[in-house]
Amino acid sequence: MTELIEEYQLLAAFWMTIKLTAYSAVISLVLGTILAIMRVSPVRIFEWVGTTYVTLLRNTPLTLIVLFCSLGLWGQLGIELASRESDTFIVDNGFRLAVLGLSVYHAAFVCEALRSGVNTIPLGQAEAARSIGLTFSQSMTQVILPQAFRGAITPLGNVLIALTKNTTVVAAIGVAETAYRMKAIAEFEPALLMLGFAVVALGFVILTLPMGMLTSYLSARLAVKR
Amino acid sequence: MSDTTRVLFDAPGPKARMRYRIMAVIGALIILGVLYVVYGRLDEKGQLTAARWDWILTSNAWTNYLWPGIWDTLRAAAISIVLSMVLALALAMARMSDLAPLRWLAGIVVEFFRAVPVLIMMLFAFWFLVHRGWFPDSINPLIGVVFGLTMYNSAVLCEVIRNGVASLPAGQREAGLSIGLSPSQVRRSILIPQSLTAMLPTLVSQIIVITKDTALGYLILYPELVTRARQLGSAESATLPAYVVAAVLFILLNYGLSKVAEAVENRQRRRARSAGKVGDADAPPPVAPIPVGLGGGGG
Repeated sequence: MTELIEEYQLLAAFWMTIKLTAYSAVISLVLGTILAIMRVSPVRIFEWVGTTYVTLLRNTPLTLIVLFCSLGLWGQLGIELASRESDTFIVDNGFRLAVLGLSVYHAAFVCEALRSGVNTIPLGQAEAARSIGLTFSQSMTQVILPQAFRGAITPLGNVLIALTKNTTVVAAIGVAETAYRMKAIAEFEPALLMLGFAVVALGFVILTLPMGMLTSYLSARLAVKR
Repeated sequence: MSDTTRVLFDAPGPKARMRYRIMAVIGALIILGVLYVVYGRLDEKGQLTAARWDWILTSNAWTNYLWPGIWDTLRAAAISIVLSMVLALALAMARMSDLAPLRWLAGIVVEFFRAVPVLIMMLFAFWFLVHRGWFPDSINPLIGVVFGLTMYNSAVLCEVIRNGVASLPAGQREAGLSIGLSPSQVRRSILIPQSLTAMLPTLVSQIIVITKDTALGYLILYPELVTRARQLGSAESATLPAYVVAAVLFILLNYGLSKVAEAVENRQRRRARSAGKVGDADAPPPVAPIPVGLGGGGG
């Protein structure tokens, strides 16, 4: 078992999965928040852009988006996210393209989660904010968004769990994360396939189970008392 | 647009309307600018020439790549949704059973398959079958895809059924018990049928997730739409256009399905208002509903 973990660098692979998750989570949270604000803003064209983005990205398979980032953006259009001179160009570029693909895809889900959070806020909150003369941006940043985030913890947590599992998809463009190593084990070590699957599956249970527990703890703790 | 979002801002006065208009113009300019940069980049790399796109009109592209791709995508999705419904029912019955060991076992199975990525399960099933050689090689990828999708989605749907049962009014169960049905009879003939009708919209949105997830078959050589798009791209030396066409097909397919899900939901809401109430809307569900489909799976 240690042999398997060492030879196929499973620990490094899981570390890669964690890094992909962390970067993509932060970027998609920011992007998703901007999209959510756009979708509830009074300016029609922003609302339209947000809606279109979510419709398009949510209905496209992640595999296609990730492949598009690698073969399309890099292969065809020559967009590189790392410096050519760097020794780790291939690895860095692949990693950043993967983070890009994961982020733009999950931003659509973060946006929807936040909108569901906005919907948990009673109408009176927004009306009160308006009646004391707050502008749209003031009521957004001081009244609506703080409550929306607290109300959206469960869906946001679900997006994070899905993101963690979805990082496996970037094996399609050769980023050396867990599914990529699992594939190598499956291909070259048929005898170790069962054990490899068990280790990898257990690794994901260990990664996602605390996230689920933390989500339910936080959503109970941070819920807005009404 | 929900009511909450409509009260986020006042009805604009003359000044605010002016401001909104200016912002709209700025927004439009930014969007046009981005589109122009994208266009320039595509043009510069010669992606917009007719030679890259004219294959769309040839029958070769459709009969040999795109239609078979769509067919294989839908086939895997259809088999998976049927199998996972059956398995989900079995799991839900086991998870609500009176036998504690059976309950625990089903609980472990559900939590396990919800935590393991679909792709990992597909890789495992596919390579397992390849090494064993039980089936002809041509069918292994399909089995791999169906296995992964079925395992994950039956675990998810099992929880949906359980949530549906938990949100039924307690009187339903009590009435069943009081006329002398056994607890398992109550579940079989009173609780689960009602929870199934209530979960229909979720089921349709889960079909969207499954359809998208079939694209994971790309990694185990299942010839679905993304795989075919890649083959088509290299055959016609049109990588980018082929992916764009595949994306458009997926978006149309899933957008249509999401409209179906909405229609089903509206229909049920109407029915719930007129006829007897299924899952009392006033009583908050004891278990927080899991927003399935939201970020679930991904493909």
